Amino acid sequence: MILDALIHLAFVLALPPLLLGVIGKVKAFFAGRVGPPLVQPYRDLARLFRKSEVVSTTTTWVFRAGPVVMLATALVAAMLVPFGGRPAPLSFSGDLILFAYLFALARFFTVAAAMDTGSAFEGMGAAREATFAALAEPALFLAFLTLVRASGSLSLTGMLGHGLGRAWSSASASLVFVVVSLFVVLLVESSRVPFDDPATHLELTMIHEVMVLDHSGPMLGTIHYAAALKLLVLGALVARLVAPVSTGSLPLDWLVFAGSILAVAIVVGVVESVMARLRLLQIPLLLVGACLLSGFALVLFAR
Amino acid sequence: MIASLCLAAVVLAALSGVPGLFFPRTSRAGEQLSVAAMLAFGALALFVALRVLLGGGAVELSLPWSVPGGAFEVRIDALSAVFLAPVGLIPALGAVYGRGYWPERDHPHDARQLRFFYGLLTAGMALVVIAANAVLFLVGWEVMALAGYFLVATEDREAKVREAGVVYLAMTRLGSLVLYAMFGTLLAATGGLLLFARSPATVAMRPVFQSAVVLLSLAGFGVKAGLVPLHAWLPPAHGNAPSHVSALMSGVMLKMGIYGIFRVTSLFAAPPLWWGELVLALGIISGLVGVAFALGQHDLKRLLAYHSVENIGIILMGLGLALIGRATGRPALAVLGFAGALFHVWNHALFKSLLFFSAGSVVHQTGTREMDRLGGIAKRMRLTALAFVIGAVAIAGLPPLNGFASELFVYLASLRSVAHPGGPWLVVAFAAPALAMIGALAVACFAKAYGAVFLGEPRSDDAREPRESSAFLLAPMAVLAALCALFGIAPGLVVPMLARAVDAWAPGLSAAAPLASLVPTTAITLGALALLLILGIAALVLRRRPTAMSAPTWACGYSRPVPRAQYTASSFAQQLVVLLRFIVWPRTHRPAIRGLFPSPTDFHSETPDLVLDRAALPLTRRIARAVGSRRVLQGGSIHAYLGYIFAAVIVLLLLFRVGGVLP
Repeated sequence: MILDALIHLAFVLALPPLLLGVIGKVKAFFAGRVGPPLVQPYRDLARLFRKSEVVSTTTTWVFRAGPVVMLATALVAAMLVPFGGRPAPLSFSGDLILFAYLFALARFFTVAAAMDTGSAFEGMGAAREATFAALAEPALFLAFLTLVRASGSLSLTGMLGHGLGRAWSSASASLVFVVVSLFVVLLVESSRVPFDDPATHLELTMIHEVMVLDHSGPMLGTIHYAAALKLLVLGALVARLVAPVSTGSLPLDWLVFAGSILAVAIVVGVVESVMARLRLLQIPLLLVGACLLSGFALVLFAR
Repeated sequence: MIASLCLAAVVLAALSGVPGLFFPRTSRAGEQLSVAAMLAFGALALFVALRVLLGGGAVELSLPWSVPGGAFEVRIDALSAVFLAPVGLIPALGAVYGRGYWPERDHPHDARQLRFFYGLLTAGMALVVIAANAVLFLVGWEVMALAGYFLVATEDREAKVREAGVVYLAMTRLGSLVLYAMFGTLLAATGGLLLFARSPATVAMRPVFQSAVVLLSLAGFGVKAGLVPLHAWLPPAHGNAPSHVSALMSGVMLKMGIYGIFRVTSLFAAPPLWWGELVLALGIISGLVGVAFALGQHDLKRLLAYHSVENIGIILMGLGLALIGRATGRPALAVLGFAGALFHVWNHALFKSLLFFSAGSVVHQTGTREMDRLGGIAKRMRLTALAFVIGAVAIAGLPPLNGFASELFVYLASLRSVAHPGGPWLVVAFAAPALAMIGALAVACFAKAYGAVFLGEPRSDDAREPRESSAFLLAPMAVLAALCALFGIAPGLVVPMLARAVDAWAPGLSAAAPLASLVPTTAITLGALALLLILGIAALVLRRRPTAMSAPTWACGYSRPVPRAQYTASSFAQQLVVLLRFIVWPRTHRPAIRGLFPSPTDFHSETPDLVLDRAALPLTRRIARAVGSRRVLQGGSIHAYLGYIFAAVIVLLLLFRVGGVLP
């Protein structure tokens, strides 16, 4: 139990930049390049934390609160999610609501931090972030409801625990929908293609990157790290759903988890390589589609 | 003894503004006396409420009263006490706030009348929640409704304010009319008992009468609570009233409607399933419509008013789930839903008053409510801005504050019925994604309001030089903010009180499903503390370093950023408003830009209220035009109206003599 919690913590602290490295490698592979080494994101973070920062004269404490809240909420949320078949360090009945609302809290402060700079571009990104989240939130909850219904449990650890294998055999159609819907939520919440392009350099087209234009140095590093952590946390949900294996052995379970989360990162990289970013006006349609899909998954239980 | 203490408090509140009428305008004594009286009232009311809620048992009092059909019966059970607590707290804080916000020195014409009706409104509300007799209840109700009108119309020299007052008055009269019909039905069906509490007579009523009473109460009390589509009076009234009055109306007066609906649904022992489904649907509609319209607003106080509609929706969603739980024999669902609704009544009173207080503080200093004229206030009014952001986080239902705690109860109610299926679990299930959508939209809306008003650079000269408000305004905000944090971090404190109120609503529920075993209060407390701890450490690590440089905001290469180029509240919400256009129906004025050298142009957008501006007002205007000069009965002469009333009383007395309806 203690060992599990320690491994969990180690994964939370160490793994997120690696996922970015994997995505980068996959994209490089598709582009026919060698690409930066897997540890490049670690080096980038180290570089950012060594730098000094430039702070806009327009801003108040809220500007600094953006990265701080983003990091803290992602850390607490990471403690609620089970990695693989192993139980999460923190688990209680109803923790999935706290999980979803922690991300909402982070969103409130990142959006406010963007507004704090008084920049039109950052305001634009903030408005888009808030808009798309309003559609992603119901999709996430409908997916959770389906899992609650399938497992009879109100905690993330219970929902994604040993019963998952049985749920796959009895309600496979619903779970397929849930996986797709959660994957869409993962992409939009961690600002990946087709919703947002983290590699773009045109302010007008970006969502998340444009919100943090004014953050620099350690604050920017924190934002990148927290975003990668969010990718890990949401990826862990998807990874567990597609690899519902519980061997009972501690090292094997963690190996399965490590493999499946890397597979999720590879899929994200593939999606990013083969798809173009959607036009902004089409994004809501895809999100409504995800809501309907997970709603459908829930309704299937009423047959 | 306790009940007479409460009655004394009511009298104190009612008279709090009276001495001020007799002091010269140069004297401060009237103001000070009224604040002192309201504080004393608040302390007494809170004492009584807490005593009952902490297990002191219900208190009763009955006095001789000569009104036919009426009896001066006061009864404070746990359900009354839940509502008595905000009726005590918010007006007392509001009186302190009003001392700095609306001083007689600055408002020699209307400060006295404001204090007088403020006390009267408070007394009316207190009477509403403690009355056990229907006639006494209606007396309190009418005092509250009429005092509310005079408060809305405080600045009656402005046409907009007068219109808001008339709309309020018309709708509140319509609501009262429906309530008379409701009590009439109760009277007829129970054989002359004018009790407003569960009795064998109400339980034995025929189902069709029970349903009639519940439907009438949803309409009559729904007007006061601001249930969509009966919410039309609320945005103009809350927008135009002085801010501490808006806080009182939004935080407390709307809840009197909720109290009425709670009482009526507790009269009957076996609610049919469709009551719960109807209330749940109404709650979801109110929640979504309220927050969608809030997004479209340009006026800060109107935005807050629409959020009241949203939160009333959340409260009703809790009640709907609870009724479904009672109808299908699922005590856990009923307890969680109703406790969530009650807890949200408290929490909304706290954070909405906090938001109106801090919005009022901004309006006081800048003289405008237009969000697109404000900006950058946080640098000069740090404490007001802090109060607003605490209120915003709380109302958006975000952890670790109180809005999250009460919404969690409602979520748990919905999730539990999904985990243990059977009965109408699919209907109940959709409460959770609806609440999630409402919550996400509320986050967007408050990020917009906070960002536009307090952050960035001033957008006009109004916002250029505000000063921080006085301690009279800040102290009440501090109290409310502290309570928001306390209830959010330690919801376990209120669980036993809520459990008692749940039992007062439907006896025996708590025994079947103890609330304390249904909500993870310890986990919430630990989670909140962990979050705060990590936040503190992260803030310490990421604190501003000495090497940090200051520079203007990066404007993507453009070297001279101007405040006018900032994203405004309207542009922030534009995309969501367009997505929700099937609810909001925004109206934009956007002339086409033609030619190589286009002339200066303008853009204008507004979101007229679906019910008031698009239906009710045009309809009434058309009727008025159609009737025109042929109005015979409505001459506008007060003598004629007195004559009508006299004639009506005579006719009614004759009818009673013949029919013998009254005992």
